[in-house]
Amino acid sequence: MNYIFQFCRILAVCFLGEVLAHALPFPIPASVYGLVLLLTALKAGIFRLEQVRAAGKFLIAIMPMLFIPAAVGVMELWDALGAMLIPCVIATGPITMFVMGVTGIVTQNVQRRIGKKGAKYDSVSR
Amino acid sequence: MTAFLVEFLGSMSTWGVLLSIGAYGLGMFLQRRSGQQWLNPLLLGSILIIVLLSALRVPYPDFKSSAAPVSYLLLPATVSLAIPLYEQWELLKKNTAAILIGCLSGVIASLGSIAAMAWILRMERVHSATLLPKSVTTAIGMDVAQTLGGMAPLAAAAIILTGIAGNLIAEWLLNALKIKEPLAKGIAIGASSHAIGTAKALELGEVEGAMSGLAIAVAGVMTAVLAPIVAVLLP
Repeated sequence: MNYIFQFCRILAVCFLGEVLAHALPFPIPASVYGLVLLLTALKAGIFRLEQVRAAGKFLIAIMPMLFIPAAVGVMELWDALGAMLIPCVIATGPITMFVMGVTGIVTQNVQRRIGKKGAKYDSVSR
Repeated sequence: MTAFLVEFLGSMSTWGVLLSIGAYGLGMFLQRRSGQQWLNPLLLGSILIIVLLSALRVPYPDFKSSAAPVSYLLLPATVSLAIPLYEQWELLKKNTAAILIGCLSGVIASLGSIAAMAWILRMERVHSATLLPKSVTTAIGMDVAQTLGGMAPLAAAAIILTGIAGNLIAEWLLNALKIKEPLAKGIAIGASSHAIGTAKALELGEVEGAMSGLAIAVAGVMTAVLAPIVAVLLP
């Protein structure tokens, strides 16, 4: 029963996320609102970690499988995909590598530079 | 025979979930058995189901409605990414600047390179707008593509293919570029290949997984804000 209540708490946060996505004019989906809400609820002490942890970790563990029905949807798009096959291949392959590389290098450099500064002046950087 | 099968499956409600889990399980088995990392269970499972449905002439909407409970869990699963984030809160707080600057650089790299490709290949607006948000989570990306005049279902397909590509190349690419910090690895994966990439980040480690989940949200929101501006520059 414990798990079902944990799942229930997460669903309640999802519901609030959906309400926000509906009510606010920004193009931000319910999942992002929900994520921020759950984090806030944990930080504010509305939920204790163990009140959502087991069910949440289970959902995260099975996450890749949850994309299967959506991924199979590609089969309906062969015709449209054919017309833009080359841009699609470039966008998903090389551009994804480029984006991942740029993000990784920039993040690591900023992190190390700030980390070094923090150590030098013996102050916590933010 | 197939007409009968289609009608039969149309009246059943459990087979879609069963097929999704079964195909994914078979994909996991094949990946473990072969020792080949790139044999991704999501990729293998999806291909298997596509082949099966095509061969038996079962229409996709039948599968989709029967497998709806699987997709239903996507929202609570994405929201649950807040849990590893909470557990890594200290690390997050200490590296706010690196995380924000890193995500911003990724979003600009993504939008910029798609815009550049659109110019070089002289792509039609409807196609370039479809690909523009391809690095962010499906929910945000489809919305953005739709708003900018692209095709939402095709945007979803491009987003999923991007995720699978990111999932497959992440370990190799980050090693090759000597990106060693777990935080930087996670941000790079999440900002470039959203939740499907995050599945790989979670395999790499707890910090990687948490940061990748964070990058989905941060890069997603940044893309939602910046994509309309870049879209003005599209041919």
